[in-house]
Amino acid sequence: MIQCKTSKEIGGMGHSVKRKEDDRFVHGTGKYIDDFTLPGMLFMDIIRSPYAYAKITNIDKEAAMAIDGVVAVITGKDLEQYNLHWMPTLMSDMQMVLPTDTVMHQGQEVAAVIAKSREAARDAREAIMVEYETMKPVIDPFKALDDDAPLLRPDKEGQKNNQAWHWEVGDKEATEKVFNEAEVVVKEQMHIPRIHVASIETCGCVANYNKIDNHLTMYMTTQAPHAIRTVFALVAGHVGLTEEKIRVISPDIGGGFGGKVPVFPGYVIAIAASFLIGKPVKWIEDRSDNLTNSFARDYHITAEMAGTKDGKILATRMKVLADHGYTDAAANPSKFPTGMFSIGTGSYDYPTAFMEADAIYTNKPPGGVAYRCSFRVTEAVHAIERITDRYALEIGKDPAELRMQNFIKKEQFPYKSPTGWEYDSGDYHAGLELAMKTVDYQKLREEQKELRKQGKLMGIGLSTFTEIVGAGPSKDFDILGIKMFDSAEIRVHPTGKAIARFGTKSQGQGHETTYGQIIAEELGIPSKDIIVEEGDTDTAPYGLGTYASRSTPTAGAAAAIAARKLRDKAKKIAAYLLEVSEDDLEWETGKFFVKGAPEKSKTIQEIVFASYTNHPQGMEAGFEATHYYDPPNLTFPSGAYICVVDIDPETFDIKVRRFVAIDDAGNIINPMVAQGQVHGGLTQGLAPAMYEEIIYDEEGNAINGTLMDYLVPTAVESPNWETGHTVTPSPHHPIGAKGIGESPTVGAPPAIANAIVDALKPYGVTHMDIPITPYKIFKKLKDMGVLDKPITE
Amino acid sequence: MEVKITVNGKSETRTIEDRMLLAQFLREELNLTGTHIGCDTSGCGACTVLLDGKAVKSCTLLAAQADGCEVTTIEGMSKNGELHPLQEGFKEEHGLQCGFCTPGMIMVAADLLSKNSSPTETEIREALEGNFCRCTGYHNIVRSIKYAAEKMNGVTA
Repeated sequence: MIQCKTSKEIGGMGHSVKRKEDDRFVHGTGKYIDDFTLPGMLFMDIIRSPYAYAKITNIDKEAAMAIDGVVAVITGKDLEQYNLHWMPTLMSDMQMVLPTDTVMHQGQEVAAVIAKSREAARDAREAIMVEYETMKPVIDPFKALDDDAPLLRPDKEGQKNNQAWHWEVGDKEATEKVFNEAEVVVKEQMHIPRIHVASIETCGCVANYNKIDNHLTMYMTTQAPHAIRTVFALVAGHVGLTEEKIRVISPDIGGGFGGKVPVFPGYVIAIAASFLIGKPVKWIEDRSDNLTNSFARDYHITAEMAGTKDGKILATRMKVLADHGYTDAAANPSKFPTGMFSIGTGSYDYPTAFMEADAIYTNKPPGGVAYRCSFRVTEAVHAIERITDRYALEIGKDPAELRMQNFIKKEQFPYKSPTGWEYDSGDYHAGLELAMKTVDYQKLREEQKELRKQGKLMGIGLSTFTEIVGAGPSKDFDILGIKMFDSAEIRVHPTGKAIARFGTKSQGQGHETTYGQIIAEELGIPSKDIIVEEGDTDTAPYGLGTYASRSTPTAGAAAAIAARKLRDKAKKIAAYLLEVSEDDLEWETGKFFVKGAPEKSKTIQEIVFASYTNHPQGMEAGFEATHYYDPPNLTFPSGAYICVVDIDPETFDIKVRRFVAIDDAGNIINPMVAQGQVHGGLTQGLAPAMYEEIIYDEEGNAINGTLMDYLVPTAVESPNWETGHTVTPSPHHPIGAKGIGESPTVGAPPAIANAIVDALKPYGVTHMDIPITPYKIFKKLKDMGVLDKPITE
Repeated sequence: MEVKITVNGKSETRTIEDRMLLAQFLREELNLTGTHIGCDTSGCGACTVLLDGKAVKSCTLLAAQADGCEVTTIEGMSKNGELHPLQEGFKEEHGLQCGFCTPGMIMVAADLLSKNSSPTETEIREALEGNFCRCTGYHNIVRSIKYAAEKMNGVTA
């Protein structure tokens, strides 16, 4: 399946090279943010609002300041003096660093304590007296536009109601026409709930401002160190912290999944505190604070599909109500407020679609942050894959057969989607065929028939999704105006060993290993001889960071092209050393040789050494190259997933019996690492499908904000994943890769939901919102009045 | 108060605040930062260490409770530069990604293997129930522990 062009010793693409980063992790010597201790370091703790919407009438610092070791209490009014109390979000909305008068969600930062010890800071957090005047919050997004709803964002000029923005794409009239004339129309209302990445390491930082040098070193948990440095400069440039005086260092990160992309107020307060006090300030978010302060998803989607009676999809229509909390703190590209939601026309060939979204402000924490998918692909895929199943159910067709009938054929690529994307490549039929063969689909359907006769509930669910990653081409993609390229810099030392630096930042993806493999593939320098470094803005080239499955599509491509620049230089040097024309040389991994005289050759190591010791006159010495890669298009990974569930007809306990995931991520750099990404992603797909949701009561209290009641799946709930792949290389990507990190998180939830709904078919269930729990099934059947209905085929 | 705790075979005596947690004692007093803290409700298991040979969550114990006891942390697992079979297993079977939960996983697995030298997949999964991992989906963690069990039992992989 996966062909390797290099030997195991070189360790280029396709080899399951063991990870370089693992030695320090298995020894416990990884260096995460809380492992940094600087001389004179102070500790910060944050007081948070117990109310969802309230005026702050008084903050009494006195009792807190009296505690031994407490250095300062910082409020919004203190920051206001420096105009540091608000900051821009990555979506150019505004977010409070600390409030001066009003809190907008439960858990919002109200004041910060700086103390000589963690304990003193925590004691002071308890001792600060804050008086509030509560107001009726807006919690239900469907009521946020009511006439009597309070205007939540009067700070925004011209803001008349609680709508943040409206977005649409596609042909509204043409879609309406198809729907009006179609033989079959199906429609479901879906909610994709608020969830939290809950990376095992929370967020944190050590801000170290040096007054003498007027320089800030910011050690922090960030997936996008360069972009964050620019944001800090935009926020604090007016007090003298301009960009060259800020160094962001992102050390080992204990899981990111998009939750470490935003600029959280805690970071900015720590910087302000260090700036004002002149000492290093450490802030480590505690788990409850982490779990209740930023969220992914929260899309209410009305999904519709129109088609013929025999199963031809003709059009789709989707309407979204997006609950963004009190500010849009998502990290989408500027021109795409719903991210890549418009991929929601799916893997199917039909010409007509229309989508619209309205973003709403409510008294909840900022929404739109990622959960292993920042750009709303999960929401879109859930909607299209669920409504496709709904359509199959309506016309009585097998959902696999319906998908096969409607897939875009491989010869149709590049394929222009009705919402404007150009899908680069894919072979959807091959993926689903392999998945069906792996599970023995027909046999499962026969078994299902038999089990239903015995009164048992078993369901089979499919998801055949198209992802859209690798943002993105500078023509359309930027964050705060910065184009979404990414970068690589390769320096090869005289003895042929190298260091390569990147604008991205691994949080467990294994970049230290995989980027080295790309360079090994291109230059023939063994990957073990290449050190990969990321996360220090003083040394790495500028890049937009690691999220949205973009590292391989962008920085990985940059690595390949920078290496090719070096190979071009190597060819010139080899020609000089061998005293032949460049045209007479041929490349074979790791060396140039003279055509027809393979004994006359120079290895890459010899060539590199010559570049420092004996380079041709007139040529620049050394062996270094940098590339900023601007992708010509996005990449479109795809997958075919099949889930089999058994549901206890008495307790409605759901057991995932099998889950087969066939992914197509194009060419694969390291199969072991890629498979590991799929395992983790599938589990983060299982989580929102069956367990995770942050629930708010009508007063805006998050009622499950700890790891005791926010149900992160354990090893017991997680099934034994069955994985496989097809390989359809991206035609425009330098190494034909597409990205893998988020595909499984995107693809798994609808496969599971479809399996559960399929299991409940005997009861007439057509849809259930995730997370689907035994209680939800019980309640649904009870509400439908079918609890006692006998199960039959 | 004063506590005397044997950590990774070395006796350590320190005067500490009464309320100091064992996790803090290890991290802040002894600079053994391989023991991680991931939550405040004993939920995540990142702080798991061995206390007199049994896996405990060191964020839920006071350092005072470990007075007179023996503690083993991730830093005490490799001997004379040789990886413990569990460390080797996690590396060989790609049982870790970000590495933050890894020390806790290895310590809870060490407890399991000390009681059950040939655990089944179900027994491994049940032993890991108190330890969260967000990266691996547990799939390869289970395999890593099997690898270690086989190696410790003298079965060559």
